Amino acid sequence: MKVIVRRVLVMPFLLLGIVTATFILAQFTKGNPLVSIIGARALNNPEIVAAAKARWGLDRSVPERYVIYLWNLAHGDLGTSFRTKQPVLTDLAQRLPPTLELVICAMIVGTLGGIGLAVVSAEFRNTAADHIARFVALVGSCFPVFWLGLIALFLFSVQTKLLPGAGRLDIRAVAPPQVTGFLLIDTLLARNWSGFVDAFRHLILPSLVLGWSVMGIVARMVRASLLDVLSQDYITMARAKGAGRLRVLLHHALANALIPALTILGFTFAYLITGSVLVETIFSWPGVGSYAVEAARGLDYPAIAGVTILGGLGFLLANLLTDLAYVVVDPRMRAPG
Amino acid sequence: MISFFPASRALVPPRSRVSVGVSRFFRRIGWEHLPTVFAAVLIIALIVIAVTVPWWAPYDPVAIVGRRLQAPSWQHWLGTDALGRDVMVRTLYGTRYSLPIVAAVLLAAVVIGVFVGAVAGFLGGFVDNALMRVADVTLAFPPVLLAMAIAASLGPGLVNTALALIIVWWPIYARLMRAQVMSVNKLDHVDAAIVGGVRPARLLLKHIMPLCWSPIFVNATMDVGQVILVAAGLSFIGLSAQPPTPEWGQMISEGASNFYFWWIAFGPGMAIFLVSLSANFLGDALRDFIDPHSGHAA
Repeated sequence: MKVIVRRVLVMPFLLLGIVTATFILAQFTKGNPLVSIIGARALNNPEIVAAAKARWGLDRSVPERYVIYLWNLAHGDLGTSFRTKQPVLTDLAQRLPPTLELVICAMIVGTLGGIGLAVVSAEFRNTAADHIARFVALVGSCFPVFWLGLIALFLFSVQTKLLPGAGRLDIRAVAPPQVTGFLLIDTLLARNWSGFVDAFRHLILPSLVLGWSVMGIVARMVRASLLDVLSQDYITMARAKGAGRLRVLLHHALANALIPALTILGFTFAYLITGSVLVETIFSWPGVGSYAVEAARGLDYPAIAGVTILGGLGFLLANLLTDLAYVVVDPRMRAPG
Repeated sequence: MISFFPASRALVPPRSRVSVGVSRFFRRIGWEHLPTVFAAVLIIALIVIAVTVPWWAPYDPVAIVGRRLQAPSWQHWLGTDALGRDVMVRTLYGTRYSLPIVAAVLLAAVVIGVFVGAVAGFLGGFVDNALMRVADVTLAFPPVLLAMAIAASLGPGLVNTALALIIVWWPIYARLMRAQVMSVNKLDHVDAAIVGGVRPARLLLKHIMPLCWSPIFVNATMDVGQVILVAAGLSFIGLSAQPPTPEWGQMISEGASNFYFWWIAFGPGMAIFLVSLSANFLGDALRDFIDPHSGHAA
């Protein structure tokens, strides 16, 4: 419990660190941001340059800018994107739900798949089934996701036409009125069944690709912890009492084995963010990842900084959730001191 | 480690036969080492390719050598790309970009991380706090986003990607080393050395650090795969090597824009996959070797 309180107390400082680091990075930017604001042509016109500098605060000193930046951030203002000319916060709010939808689906695929593979390989330890399960998990984490995405699109969308290609919905489909931004939920709220099926079918490939990429790390952790648990006395006891193999494995062992493996929640999040940047690019997914890529290509620094801060915040929250999950699941963690 | 063929090992005196065939070799060392041997052979082969490829490659990697978008054939094993360059040759040349990047990033990250971690763990107190907070902030970013921000602010390019990855990766080693130093610091021989009048610098270098290396090595080997994946990812989204450099991530992005011609991305994709797979195999083997107990359980 103490650990968690301390973690929560440290969070604002870490956030400040993240923000400061992003700000410092922005100062190193080599490309002249004015080029993307007013275009290369207008650079020769001193009046336009001066006006743009004043407009975007580029005429102030660095410490001044830092204070202004912090002040604005504290008011929820992440600045204005050079490219879209919209507040970064608005952009991010639009782009976050698609990413969350994808990442959550991928996380379900990854954890369930990983746990499944781990159960198989722990039960049939050191047999062919074990080797195959471990190899399947390993292959997922060694494949470059962006290539895997291409292959998946090529095989399932182009060659066999089993599944739709890039994007979140069919191009001809009318998007449901936005409530949560999660298409799976919005289509249901609008009682648009065909839209729901369409959105679901569009989610299958990217979440399988992204999910497979984290399966390896999940399977590795759960397998190790399952083997550890399976060698404990209470398992022998359960077997002696005549519990079936499956019951021992799933009922007695798995629940305990998952406790140490809870760390995967925080862990996989970092991998999923990495993966989603690339997978979104491949599948033209209008999420935060592809926004980050567009921003990075266009030297749109406010947008990049916004994404980085959002990612850092998400990462902190994921780690905090992991800690809290420990407390909920494991009574020993609730003991004071 | 149990061999699959304990009997044959016991019955045949090691010198009595000259082992030639592959299966004899594995019967002797045990088939469970197959992945390790595969990985080692592959990595060595790639290094040899990286060094020697200009001498024997049939084509120039950036020259147009035939019709564009040809399917694989005997003349062009992996076909030609959108400009008519040979994909196989470009993939082979890719080793000259990807391998040095991985080596440079890991070497620098390990050196910086080990130095910072050792100092922090050994001195403790204020220095430890200050250094570790810097590491914490760096680790608080999802790696790719930080690397993207750095690469975007330094400008695209191979060297800047390497710099970005070093900044992202060193804290991991700093944390590992710090934990190692702190745990070794508690051992009796360190107290004995202090009583014996060993000075701090020598204590750290000669009495503590030699016991700290193994997890660093294991981690660094495993990280080869991660670094190559992230580096290729950054160049896939256009923040690293620029065309016409035959860098693997860059080549896959060319494959993505010529989507129907699968062979353009096949070579580089397979190369990245194999390097990353080998790194995992070697890392596992190294861990088993250093710490046999953790081996098959983990």
